[in-house]
Amino acid sequence: MSTNNNMNLTLKVWRQKNAETRGAFVTYKAEGISPDMSFLEMLDVVNESLIHKQDEPIHFDHDCREGICGMCSLYINGHPHGPKNAITTCQLHMRTFHDGETIVIEPWRAAAFPVIKDLAVDRSAFDRIQQAGGFVSVNTGGVPDANEIAIPKVIADEAFNSATCIGCGACVAACKNASAMLFVSAKVTQLGMLPQGQPERYSRVQAMVAQMDAEGFGSCTNTGACEAECPKEIKMTNISRMNNDYFSAKLFREEAMHEHAASGE
Amino acid sequence: MSLLDAKIPAGPLAEKWSKHKFNLKLVNPANKRKYDIIVVGTGLAGASAAASLAELGYNVKAFCFQDSPRRAHSIAAQGGINAAKNYQNDGDSVYRLFYDTIKGGDYRAREGNVYRLAEVSVNIIDQCVAQGVPFAREYGGLLDNRSFGGSQVSRTFYARGQTGQQLLLGAYSALNRQIHLGKVKMYTRSEMLDVVIADGHAKGIVTRNLINGNIDTHTGHAVLLCTGGYGNVFYLSTNAAGSNVTAAWRAHKRGAFFANPCYTQIHPTCIPVTGDHQSKLTLMSESLRNDGRVWAPKTVEIAEQLRKGTIKADQVKEDDRDYFLERKYPSFGNLVPRDVASRNAKEMVDDKRGVGASGFAVFLDFADAIHRLGKDAVAAKYGNLFDMYYQITDEDPYKQPMRIYPAVHYTMGGLWVDYNLSTNIPGLYALGECNFSDHGANRLGASALMQGLADGYFVIPYTLGDYLATIGPKPVDAKHPAFEKTKQDTINLINTLLSMKGTKTVNEYHRDLGHIMWEYCGMARTEEGLTKAKGLIKALREDFWKNAIVVGANEEVNASLEKAGRVADFLELGELMVDDALMRRESCGGHFRLESQTPEGEALRDDDNFAFVAAWEYKGDNQPEVLNKEILDFEFVHLTQRSYK
Ligand SMILES: Cc1cc2nc3c(=O)[nH]c(=O)nc-3n(C[C@H](O)[C@H](O)[C@H](O)COP(=O)(O)OP(=O)(O)OC[C@H]3O[C@@H](n4cnc5c(N)ncnc54)[C@H](O)[C@@H]3O)c2cc1C
Ligand code: SF4
Ligand code: FES
Repeated sequence: MSTNNNMNLTLKVWRQKNAETRGAFVTYKAEGISPDMSFLEMLDVVNESLIHKQDEPIHFDHDCREGICGMCSLYINGHPHGPKNAITTCQLHMRTFHDGETIVIEPWRAAAFPVIKDLAVDRSAFDRIQQAGGFVSVNTGGVPDANEIAIPKVIADEAFNSATCIGCGACVAACKNASAMLFVSAKVTQLGMLPQGQPERYSRVQAMVAQMDAEGFGSCTNTGACEAECPKEIKMTNISRMNNDYFSAKLFREEAMHEHAASGE
Repeated sequence: MSLLDAKIPAGPLAEKWSKHKFNLKLVNPANKRKYDIIVVGTGLAGASAAASLAELGYNVKAFCFQDSPRRAHSIAAQGGINAAKNYQNDGDSVYRLFYDTIKGGDYRAREGNVYRLAEVSVNIIDQCVAQGVPFAREYGGLLDNRSFGGSQVSRTFYARGQTGQQLLLGAYSALNRQIHLGKVKMYTRSEMLDVVIADGHAKGIVTRNLINGNIDTHTGHAVLLCTGGYGNVFYLSTNAAGSNVTAAWRAHKRGAFFANPCYTQIHPTCIPVTGDHQSKLTLMSESLRNDGRVWAPKTVEIAEQLRKGTIKADQVKEDDRDYFLERKYPSFGNLVPRDVASRNAKEMVDDKRGVGASGFAVFLDFADAIHRLGKDAVAAKYGNLFDMYYQITDEDPYKQPMRIYPAVHYTMGGLWVDYNLSTNIPGLYALGECNFSDHGANRLGASALMQGLADGYFVIPYTLGDYLATIGPKPVDAKHPAFEKTKQDTINLINTLLSMKGTKTVNEYHRDLGHIMWEYCGMARTEEGLTKAKGLIKALREDFWKNAIVVGANEEVNASLEKAGRVADFLELGELMVDDALMRRESCGGHFRLESQTPEGEALRDDDNFAFVAAWEYKGDNQPEVLNKEILDFEFVHLTQRSYK
C-alpha cells in the first residue's frame, strides 16, 4: 500500500546526551518518507535505521499520538509543533513538507524546561504550578447533585474552551520571554468562571502565579506568540482575565489588612 | 484446577453493596497515617484512587511512566461516561444500566459487580461536577446527555469529544491537591518492573527511574495496579504508544491470576490503516453513530469503482447504498454494540464491498445529519473529531463520508480480582482497565471511564480498609530478603536485554506479533488459526531472545530498553490470549469463534459449558498455564441470546 510519491529529506536534529552535557545539531537523511506519515512516524523510520546500525535513536517525548496527551513537543523550523496552526507535532503530517526539504528540529528552549535528552525536556514545573492551586478543594463523596447548580451554557462552554489546554508547553517555547502565562491563565479561567471555583478564586490565582514566578518563567509582554502557536487555540483573553483576578485578589488582601488594622486586633 | 471465590455478598442485588460496606472493617482515623499505599498508574483509576485514599489520611506513593500524571492514556477518551441519572426522564434507572451492561457483556460478567457499578455511577457525575469538570450543558444550564451503543436511553455525559481529558484533569486536580498537602508523593517517569511479594503478601514494587536508570524498591502495605489495558499486544490499536502490559504481566508471573485474556474489544469506527509506516490507529468516537449512518455499496461493481477512485461516495445513488446496520437491526440501528457493528463491517469487506484504496473500510456518513441539523450544529457536537479525521486523511468529512474500519481498542480481560478488587495475592489490587471485572466479553461504550472512576473514587476507599485493618499498621519490613531478590531479578533481566545485539529491532518484533494476533486472534477466530498462531508466537519469541537489537545503557534515558521489556512481555501475553481463545469453544461478545454462530451469523454462546471466568495461573517460563474457573451465577437476569434486532 506504499505510495510512490515518497520524499527524501534532510534533518538537522538537536542531540544532547543529558542535562549536564552540551548538545549540538546532527544531520540525518530521512529517505522514502510517505506523505501520509505523521512527523513522529517519520522520526520512527529514522530511528529504526539508527538502531539497525546499533546507534542510539533520537529521543523525543510522545504517547497518545493523537493530539491530546500533550506529551509530544518539538520545535520544528522555528515553530513549536511545526508550521501548521492548531495541531500538535504528532498530528503534523509529512504532506506539509516537500521533497528535498531540510527540516530543523530542536527541543523546547526555556530555562524552566531543562533538556533531559535530545528533544525531550523536563516540564515538571507545569505540574508544580497546578499543585499550588489548580483545583477545587472538595473531597470524594458528600458533594451535591450534579444538576443542583445550573450553569449557563455560554459559561460552561467558555470554561470548557479554557480547560482544553493540554499542558504541552508550546506557549512557553514560542515566547521570547519564556512566559507561562497562557498555560496558567487557562486553568485560572476555567475554574474562575465556574460556580464551583468561586470560593478559592482569589487564593488560587495568587498561589499559582507565585509558583509560576518561583519556577523561573519570564514575564508577559503581550507579544501574542503563545496564542499564535498554541495547538489548542487557547486565547490571550485568558491572560486578561487572570490579570484581573490577580489584581482584585491583591486589592482584597490589602482591604482585608486595612480592616484588620482598623479593628485594632 | 481450582474454583475461585469472588466474595460476592449474598442477598438482594440492590442491597449487596450497602451491606458489604457495613460489614467491612474500618481503619481508625488516627491509624490511617501509619499505612503506606502504592498506587501504580495515574489514569482515571489510579489518580482517583490515590487522591481519595490520601484524603482519607493514608500516605500514598503514586507512579507513572509519563512525565506527568496528566498524560495517562485516559486523557484520550473521547465520547463520554455513562451514569444512571435519568436526567432525561427517558426510563433509565440503576437496574436498566445494570441490565444493559450485563447483556452488552454477553452474560460473561458478575451480576454483583455490575450492579454496584451502575449504583455508584450517579455519584461519579456529582463528584466530577464539584471538581469543576465542564460537561456539556443544555441552554437551561443543566447537564446534557447523548446516546451510546447497546442502550435505548440517553445516559452518556460528555465534554465535546474530549470527555476523558476533562475527567482525567479533574482527577489530576484532586491528586495535585493531595501532592500539595504532602499526602501523595508522586514519582513520574518511573516504570514499575516488578511487584515484591513477602510471605505471600504484596509489600512493594521495583521501579526503574526512566531518566537515570536507578533501580529502586518501594515499600507499601498494599499495592494497587492501575496500569491500563494491553491492546497494544496487537501493535496497531487506538491505545497510546506507551500503553503496555508490563506491570500486570510481571504481577501475573509472581502469581496473580490473569482473567479472560482473549476478550478484546475491536471498535467499529476507526480510521483505516493506510500503510506499514503506521504506528497507531485513531478512533472516531462511537458518539458519531448518534448522527452518522454506516453504509457500504450494494454491489461489488460500485465498490470496485470507489476503491479505484473513479467515483466518489456522494455520487453513489441512495438505492445503491446498503445501510447494513439499520437493515439488519431495525430497533438499535447504527447504535448496536461494538462487537456487532465491527463484525458486520468485516462481513462487508469479506463480501468485497469494502471501500477506500485498500478495500478495508465502510462509510460513516453525516450528509443526512448536516442536512437536518446544519453544518454548525454538527460541528458543535463533533468538531474536534472531524478536524482530527481531516488532519490524518486529508479528506473533508463535511463533504465526503468518513471511511472507517474496526481496530483494537480495549481489553476486557485483565488481572483477576474479587468483589473487593483484590487479586488472589493478598495486598495486591487491580483497578480500571487493568482488571477484568465488569464488562464481561464486551464493554459498552462510555463504560470504561465509569468503571475506572467507580473503582478509584467509590470502591477501593472502602474495600482496602478491610484488608489494612486485618494486617495492622506495623511498618513494612524493607529488609525482607524478597526486596533484594526481586530487585536483583529486575537488574538481571535488564542486563540480558541490554546484551542483545542481534539484527532485528524490537519494533519489528512487535509489528510481527501484531500481525499474528490480528490475523488469528482478532475479529474471527478458529481452532485451526489459533493453533497456528500459537506456534508462530512461540517461534517469534524464541527469535526475539536470539536476534533482537537493544542499544544504549541502563544509566540513561533509553527508549530502546523500555520498549524491549514491554515487547518481551507482549510476546508472552500473546500466547496466553491464544490459549484462552482456544479453550473457549463458544462465541461471546468480542470473542467470535467461527465454529460457534447462530444461523444469522451472530455470536452463539454455550452457557452450559462456558459460563465461567477463566483465570490463568502462571507456572514458570515456557510451562503451560493452569486454568482456574470462577463459575458465574446468574440469580437475577435470565440468560438469553442477545438480540438487537
Ligand atoms: C482513543 C480511546 C477513546 C476512548 N474513549 C472512551 C470513552 O469515550 N468512554 C469510555 O468509557 N472509555 C473510553 N475509552 C477507554 C478508556 O479510556 C480506558 O479504558 C480508561 O481510560 C483506562 O483508564 P485506566 O485508569 O485504567 O488506565 P490508563 O489511563 O491507561 O492509565 C494507566 C496508567 O498507568 C501507568 N502505568 C502503566 N504501566 C506502568 C508501569 N509499569 N509503571 C508505572 N506506571 C505505569 C501509566 O503511566 C498511566 O498513568 C477510550 C479508549 C481509547 C483508547
Ligand atoms: S496554553 Fe496551549 S501551548 Fe500552552 S500548554 Fe496549554 S495547550 Fe500547550
Ligand atoms: S503525543 Fe500526545 S499530544 Fe502528541
